[in-house]
Amino acid sequence: MFARGLKRKYGDQEEGTESFGTVPSYSLQRQSLLDMSLVKLQLCHMLVEPNLCRSVLIANTVRQIQEEMSRDGMWHGMAPQNAERAPFDRLVSTEILCRTAKGPEGVHSTPELEDGPLQGAASEFPMVSSAQGPRNPQSSLWEMDSPQENKGNFQKSLDQIFETLENKNPSSVEELFSDVDSSYYDLDTVLTGMMSGSKPGLCSGLEGFAAATPSPGTTCKSDLAELDHVVEILVET
Amino acid sequence: MAGAGGGNDIQWCFSQVKGAVDDDVAEADIISTVEFNHSGELLATGDKGGRVVIFQQEQENKIQSHSRGEYNVYSTFQSHEPEFDYLKSLEIEEKINKIRWLPQKNAAQFLLSTNDKTIKLWKISERDKRPEGYNLKEEDGRYRDPTTVTTLRVPVFRPMDLMVEASPRRIFANAHTYHINSISINSDYETYLSADDLRINLWHLEITDRSFNIVDIKPANMEELTEVITAAEFHPNSCNTFVYSSSKGTIRLCDMRASALCDRHSKLFEEPEDPSNRSFFSEIISSISDVKFSHSGRYMMTRDYLSVKIWDLNMENRPVETYQVHEYLRSKLCSLYENDCIFDKFECCWNGSDSVVMTGSYNNFFRMFDRNTKRDITLEASRENNKPRTVLKPRKVCASGKRKKDEISVDSLDFNKKILHTAWHPKENIIAVATTNNLYIFQDKGN
Repeated sequence: MFARGLKRKYGDQEEGTESFGTVPSYSLQRQSLLDMSLVKLQLCHMLVEPNLCRSVLIANTVRQIQEEMSRDGMWHGMAPQNAERAPFDRLVSTEILCRTAKGPEGVHSTPELEDGPLQGAASEFPMVSSAQGPRNPQSSLWEMDSPQENKGNFQKSLDQIFETLENKNPSSVEELFSDVDSSYYDLDTVLTGMMSGSKPGLCSGLEGFAAATPSPGTTCKSDLAELDHVVEILVET
Repeated sequence: MAGAGGGNDIQWCFSQVKGAVDDDVAEADIISTVEFNHSGELLATGDKGGRVVIFQQEQENKIQSHSRGEYNVYSTFQSHEPEFDYLKSLEIEEKINKIRWLPQKNAAQFLLSTNDKTIKLWKISERDKRPEGYNLKEEDGRYRDPTTVTTLRVPVFRPMDLMVEASPRRIFANAHTYHINSISINSDYETYLSADDLRINLWHLEITDRSFNIVDIKPANMEELTEVITAAEFHPNSCNTFVYSSSKGTIRLCDMRASALCDRHSKLFEEPEDPSNRSFFSEIISSISDVKFSHSGRYMMTRDYLSVKIWDLNMENRPVETYQVHEYLRSKLCSLYENDCIFDKFECCWNGSDSVVMTGSYNNFFRMFDRNTKRDITLEASRENNKPRTVLKPRKVCASGKRKKDEISVDSLDFNKKILHTAWHPKENIIAVATTNNLYIFQDKGN
């Protein structure tokens, strides 16, 4: 059987007036699902040989969530008070995430929770918040990003994943030696509360989410290409 | 549930269990495939350590006609070894993904076994005689000095203890960039197909240095990849027809006479999505993990995460029958996604007369659906019921509300104990069910 390992204390910090035992908002659930999927994509990419079917299914799920979020305008829909919250809010424990409105069933937490990355992440975040101070100058680069920028990150990161999968089957010598984005390995350091090198990646995008300032006036897709260009320049450095 | 021969319900009994008793499972012992041969006399298993174990059914005891022969180990051999792909710096797992038997043509048996990258044709032959009385060799094999030979004799065959030898006759390598998920032997018994995530290749059993690519769904730009091939099978009677299933829940039927590259399907089987059940997990649970033609060739069965569907080859827009395997998991999809169980690939199989289908579930449960009576049953593969001829007790999972006596609540299910591989004897009511590292054989109680 899987261990439970629930971090019930985080239930107090959910947005709004939600208390432990009530169903979290749909947008929170959706956001957490997105974060979980990205973590999965990262991890499966670090395995010996990624299971292509699994990667494709998770990536499709991420795209679906993205599309729905952009349709709902959620990318810039975060209320101002959320910007002050610590990053660990985003990775909610699975028990809360999977809670449905179906009454007693929802309250009974699912026993199949293994000691997976989410639990690990949740337990490490207190360290992150305490180390937040000195890290800010570096991470502020990403905190200034608008939410659309982060969407660009996701698309780019998804593309990166498939490109790297492609690179695993090189058809030319140049591809053999093409750089694999080392930011994939940054996830470990993020989870252990340390800031890694300057190369931004998926995981930085996750942090950027929480600290991103909302820009209500802009649309989702208009500046995407320009921001992608900016991101690429930053990635090169 | 209707039996193969008459209208009586089948009562399934425990017959045998193979494998280690202890709960500490060695990774290499995890069973990864189970397959009966065409007569049902032989039962092959493949494991994560690259080994193949073949069991042979004992000759029936004619006096005690109600007890069918036991399966005992016939041959064990190392089919695949772990390899290292130096170009990609990746290990190639030796895990046996699939075993398929060839129909028997002479005294020897042949099977195809495959790991992620390489398919091998194995010949399994018996030796129960050996020549004795050589002129130039001693009995232990040492050569004699020819000058000491004074008389000549003709060597004769004398009986010896039965020896079963497995030898690799063909190795079909270097044709798959992605992981092989299926192999299927054509009804012409000369060719077979192998399918990986993005491509399907056609081979001739005699030719190892060449294969033909017949399906290629790899996009020019890998960033556009949204769908992969999950399973493929040749039609049992039409040697030009095969099907392949996808991660988006579609099945494509292709005719090799239409063109060399079967990228355009002849038929596309897809059920429209039920909008009331839509969630972010809809696509994942619609991904087909197995596709099997019926013996008759008129139907095919697909397995997705929550259900088994029977399709009539003449109707593309929806299945003719749908059976829910474990619908109580629908409300748990989020947790099953988190612990990766949602990606488990369950297989399914037909009985010999195509009247009953079987598939596995969690908690070492497996399910059977009778297509005629529309009745279904849940049974458990467990060592607790291991007295021979003990009738298995049907199990029931309680989805919600009050749990009755003997029912198991969803939250108590062990998701580590999954039955992914099952096989049904082609003629008799004998089934082989693989738990993580044990193989269970069940038979019906009587004729």
